[in-house]
Amino acid sequence: MYIYDEYDQKIVDQRVAQYRDQTRRYLAGELTDDEFRPLRLQNGLYIQRHAPMLRVAIPYGNLTSRQVRKLAELAAKYDKGYVHFTTRQNVQYNWPALENVPEMLAELASVQMHAIQTSGNCIRNTTSDQFAGVAYDEIVDPRPWCEIIRQWSTFHPEFAHLPRKFKIAVNGAKEDRAAIMVHDIGITVKLNAAGQVGFEIYVGGGLGRTPMIGDLIKPWLEPEHLLTYLDAVLRVYNRYGRRDNKYKARIKILVKAMTPEAFAAKVEQEWAHLKSGPQTLTDEEIARNHRFFTAPAYETLQGDDPSFLAAIEASPAFSRWVDRNVFAHKVPGYAAVTLSLKKHGVPPGDATVEQLEAVAELADRFSFGELRVSHGQNLILADVKESELFALWEEAKRIGFATPNIGLLTDLICCPGGDFCSLANAKSIPVAKAIQERFDELDYLFDLGEIDVNISGCINACGHHHIGNIGILGVDKNNAEFYQITLGGRQGADAQIGKVIGPSFAQEEMADVMSKIIQVFVENREADERFIDTFDRIGADPFKNKVYEGKPAGKAKKEVEA
Amino acid sequence: MSRIIVDKAIVECDAPILRVGEDGSFPAVPASGLVFVSLPQYLAQKAELTARGDVGVWFAPADEPEVLGDEAAGLAYIAVEFPAFTDGRGFSIGRLLRERYGFTGQLRAFGDVFKDTLNYLARCGFNAFVVRADKDIEDAVKGIDDFTEFYQSAVGQPQPLFRRR
Ligand code: SF4
Repeated sequence: MYIYDEYDQKIVDQRVAQYRDQTRRYLAGELTDDEFRPLRLQNGLYIQRHAPMLRVAIPYGNLTSRQVRKLAELAAKYDKGYVHFTTRQNVQYNWPALENVPEMLAELASVQMHAIQTSGNCIRNTTSDQFAGVAYDEIVDPRPWCEIIRQWSTFHPEFAHLPRKFKIAVNGAKEDRAAIMVHDIGITVKLNAAGQVGFEIYVGGGLGRTPMIGDLIKPWLEPEHLLTYLDAVLRVYNRYGRRDNKYKARIKILVKAMTPEAFAAKVEQEWAHLKSGPQTLTDEEIARNHRFFTAPAYETLQGDDPSFLAAIEASPAFSRWVDRNVFAHKVPGYAAVTLSLKKHGVPPGDATVEQLEAVAELADRFSFGELRVSHGQNLILADVKESELFALWEEAKRIGFATPNIGLLTDLICCPGGDFCSLANAKSIPVAKAIQERFDELDYLFDLGEIDVNISGCINACGHHHIGNIGILGVDKNNAEFYQITLGGRQGADAQIGKVIGPSFAQEEMADVMSKIIQVFVENREADERFIDTFDRIGADPFKNKVYEGKPAGKAKKEVEA
Repeated sequence: MSRIIVDKAIVECDAPILRVGEDGSFPAVPASGLVFVSLPQYLAQKAELTARGDVGVWFAPADEPEVLGDEAAGLAYIAVEFPAFTDGRGFSIGRLLRERYGFTGQLRAFGDVFKDTLNYLARCGFNAFVVRADKDIEDAVKGIDDFTEFYQSAVGQPQPLFRRR
């Protein structure tokens, strides 16, 4: 875990003072709404449907138990007793009063947290693998590099007012759990044949109105040049990205307009000036950041702990939870545990004050006092001894965080949608709830295997619906809330954007539509195939035919599918 | 007289910004006094203008410092327009002029300029600010020092924090 020194603390404290002054001037009428908007957004404050919403950064998803307790305290003091974890490893307060925000930020700063650049047209919170540093399939720990990027991007003076928001994600494992291909910049940290660390740089991925997969523009970048290269990419974007139309302002549009080759060449040209300049990383700085992410004091264990194996034998429920929610650790005898924030009947990603406090206790007791937040809106205890998994499971059950559904249909990713978000076309939480209610039979869910379901309340795609195996998008149809379905999306190294299957559905139809999609899958599934594999094998038509049965408008037409 | 900020002090200055006419014609340049001509006019009338002295060049956000290149080093004044404070292209223009093309004269920001962007602007090499007339310039000047410690390399402090901590 990165620990602030007096410099980091000073920067965050000065931000609190600056924002306090901005809020004061806004309330005094010295800043207009239009002037204050970009300023408050760069500090994570939205004006939402019912109240402001404050988005707090959790850099690359890492938290200490002390920070979690502070989040809980703020939720009790300034909000309605709960928080919402987002798909970008941030945490949101849905009901703070605008005039209290400076005080909340001051309290966050006291535990080395902030809301800097969690929104607005600037470089956002850098995201990464929730299992960074512990994953069995990790090649290079991405966290020191994330921290280096965090510092570089924090109040970067040249890139404070970009054409549009800018998101960076870093992955260092075989499986890409950070969805780097759908970020403005996606970085893979890797090793070359000589065992040296370097980066692959992808640009121009993104969801939203024009979903795209990133293009590889730099197959190998030496570590010391990371920041000068990023400076070059951002400078090209800052200067040439479109500012006349916000729907065409993301870097992906620029990359596409120039072609990835021409964009890469332009970056190289710019980089030639910056390369080896003062922003070039020193060995000492690289080492300094690595020192914060060393392994905790693991015990030397054999693995396959007998009491753990016996508990699996004895309790089918525990065994099911282990199957779904326990992830293989690189250190023998340890495991990473995902606490599910997807209990049926609870908005996905929400946690109450009591749950947060309890989870902080669990982190202290079982996992060196640290936690992670995942892109899938769950919480992770990354370093739990196998011998303690059963005890942890019992505790997690008590607080409602032990639903054994990670990766399954009800572990759906869902944005706050029309219940909270003023940009929404439709509500997303009631749809999530309807699906969770329909599929609440655990054995059945388990049998269905891995299915990513993603729900967004509008085309901004905060629920990443394009990369869900089943994506659900809220649309507005004659002022009524409707939902469009996409199938075949996926994240990871072979990320793909799902395709729309046809006309949209009313909210009350959604549970039935899901049942029909699942029915087609079950009828066509071979052995233990995953949903996405069945889909790839049989294509979209059987699904279309089923869901649009008796609805002439939507019948699948073979020739339409390219 | 209008008041502007130069090197953190409030001074009087009325230097006009001369814009290219709608028909593409260049306006007449007053015989004396500091004046800013657009980059196209400067490029077209370079010989006369440099002889006159007291001439600054102003950049629109889409103007490219590359066009001026090392000639920037010979100028005493450059200004950059910020039609909206959210248009960040001028930040890159400032850094390029200072860091790549050796401009050491006065770099002035004008347009939608007020307290909340001065710190960033200063770090991108601006040392003069024409604060919007409806804003409190005395308060705005304090914005330059909203932050006194920085992670990145920039004008004024080319050494990033990691080379100093
Ligand atoms: S996807 Fe749309 S509705 Fe959902 S949180 Fe994002 S902006 Fe709001």
